[in-house]
Amino acid sequence: MGTLLVSEKTVVVPGQELATGMDYLPGFGAYRDGEHIVASQLGLLSVEGRAIKIIPLSGKYIPKNDDTVIAQVVDITLHGWRLEINSAYSAMLTLKDATSDFIARDADLTAYFNFGDWIVAGVANVTTQKLIDLTMKGPGLRKLGEGMIVRVGPSKIPRIIGKGGSMVSMIKEYTGCRIIVGQNGVLWIQGSPEGEMLAAKTIKEIEQHAHRSGLTERIKEFLGQFPKPEAVPLPPEEERPHRERRPFDPNRRPMRRSGGFR
Amino acid sequence: MNKELHAHMIKFLERGSRYDGRKPLEYRDILVEYGIVKNAEGSARVKIGETEVITGVKLVVDKPYPDTPEQGSLMVGAEFLPIANPDFEVGPPGIAAVELARVVDRGIRESKAIDVKKLCITAQEKVWTVIVDICTVNDAGNLFDVSALSAIAALQSTKFPEYADGKIQYGKLTDTPLPLADVPIEVTVFKIGKSYIVDPTPDEEKVYDARLTVAISRDGRLCALQKGGDVALSEDDIFAMIDIAAEKQHELREKLEG
Repeated sequence: MGTLLVSEKTVVVPGQELATGMDYLPGFGAYRDGEHIVASQLGLLSVEGRAIKIIPLSGKYIPKNDDTVIAQVVDITLHGWRLEINSAYSAMLTLKDATSDFIARDADLTAYFNFGDWIVAGVANVTTQKLIDLTMKGPGLRKLGEGMIVRVGPSKIPRIIGKGGSMVSMIKEYTGCRIIVGQNGVLWIQGSPEGEMLAAKTIKEIEQHAHRSGLTERIKEFLGQFPKPEAVPLPPEEERPHRERRPFDPNRRPMRRSGGFR
Repeated sequence: MNKELHAHMIKFLERGSRYDGRKPLEYRDILVEYGIVKNAEGSARVKIGETEVITGVKLVVDKPYPDTPEQGSLMVGAEFLPIANPDFEVGPPGIAAVELARVVDRGIRESKAIDVKKLCITAQEKVWTVIVDICTVNDAGNLFDVSALSAIAALQSTKFPEYADGKIQYGKLTDTPLPLADVPIEVTVFKIGKSYIVDPTPDEEKVYDARLTVAISRDGRLCALQKGGDVALSEDDIFAMIDIAAEKQHELREKLEG
C-alpha cells in the first residue's frame, strides 16, 4: 500500500520524495525512482486519484495535445504559417489544418492569416522533439478581430477560468466583454474600452492572488468596486473568410481529363 | 499589419484612455540615478516605467577638428542591446540606433549644453572630447526620451579625470565638473489617429502614425526637432505637439538634480 509523504497543495522542490509504493503514478513534473515518486519541478503538489502531479509556480507554456491556445503569426512559409504561442518553441499551422478551402498554388496566404494576426487555434500534435502542430478545425477556432491581448503566467490559467468556467463568466457578465482564454497564458478581450480595461485589471488581480483560497469571492468584491461598464454591441463572431461551396450542377461542363483526344 | 491594433487603439484614445489605464499625456514613473558606472567619468541610469537606459561618459584628449581649433568635441553613440528587446540583434548599430544617437546628440549640441570652448587645452593641438555611450537595458517603449534624459544626467555627473604632462590618469577624478551651460530635455510626442500621446508602450510604438521629438532648453528655448513615422504632420499638428512637449518637459526636468 502506497503512502503519500507530503500533503496536497504544499510547495515541493526538485528531488523531494512525494510518495512511496506502486499504487501511485507519476504525472506532470514527477518521476518514479524505484519505490518512490520524486519531484522534478518546483511547484504545488496535486493528487488526482492515483496520479501525482506538480503544478508549476511559474514558467513558459508547455504545449499539450488538445489545448486551445491564442497565437500570433510570425512567419508565412510555402505550406502554412509559423506562430508564436508564448512557449519556448514556435508552432506550425499547415494549410491542410487551416482551412478546407481550395488554395491555388500561387495564392496569397496573407488573405487568410497575415503577419501579426492573432488567432485562436487548437494544438493538434506535439512531438517529443517539441514540434508543435496547430489546427483551426474545431468549434470556436478562428481568427481574432480587434481586441486587447493580455498575457499572464500559463500556470494561473486554471484559476482565471475557475471551476466550470465560473470565474471567467463572472468577468464576462460584469464587463460585457467577450473573453477567450488560451491555455498558453494569452487572453483576448473584446468589448467597450472601459470594459476591456476592467477585465484586464481583474485578470491581473487574479494572477496576483492565484494561490489564495476564496478567490471567487475576492474577485467579486474587486469587481464591485468599479462601476459596471456600459454594454456595447459586439461585432459578429465569425470573421474567418469563408467561401461558399458551389452546389452540384449536373449540367456543369466536365473537368478536362489528362490524356486522350477530343 | 497591425491594422486591428491601430483601429482598436484609436477607439481607446477617443475615450481619453490607454491600454495601461494612463491618460494620453501621462508619463510612467520616472527614476534618475547618478554615478552608476565606476569606470566612466560620468554616468546615469534612467527608468521610465519598465524602460531602462544606462549612459556613460568618457573624456579623452584628442586633436581638435581643423575648422574649430579651440573647441572640444562631442560624440554620442547608442547601442540597442539584445538584452533590451528580442527584436534587437547583435552587430553594428542599425538605422533606429543611429537615429536615436543622432537625436540625443542634436539635443545636446544645438542647445549648446556643453561649453566646448572651455574644453580646449592647447589650441590646434589638444582638446577634451566628450564621448557619450547609451546602452539600452530594457525597451518597454519610449527609448528616445529615456536615452536623452540619461545622457544629460550622465553629463551632469561628469568630472574631469586628473591630467598632467599630457597623460590622463583614469580612475582618479578631480572635483572639476564638465562645464554645462544648459540642460536640454527631449520630449517625444506621438500621434495616433487624431490623438497625441507621450511615453508610448511597445504596442503604441507599433502602430503610431507620426512622432515628433522636441528638445527644449532650460529657459524654454526650442533647440531641435526630429520627425518620424509614415504619416505627414500639418502645421497645426506640429504646433500642438511642441506645446505638449514644452509643458511636459518640466515633469522630466524636475527629476534631475540641479
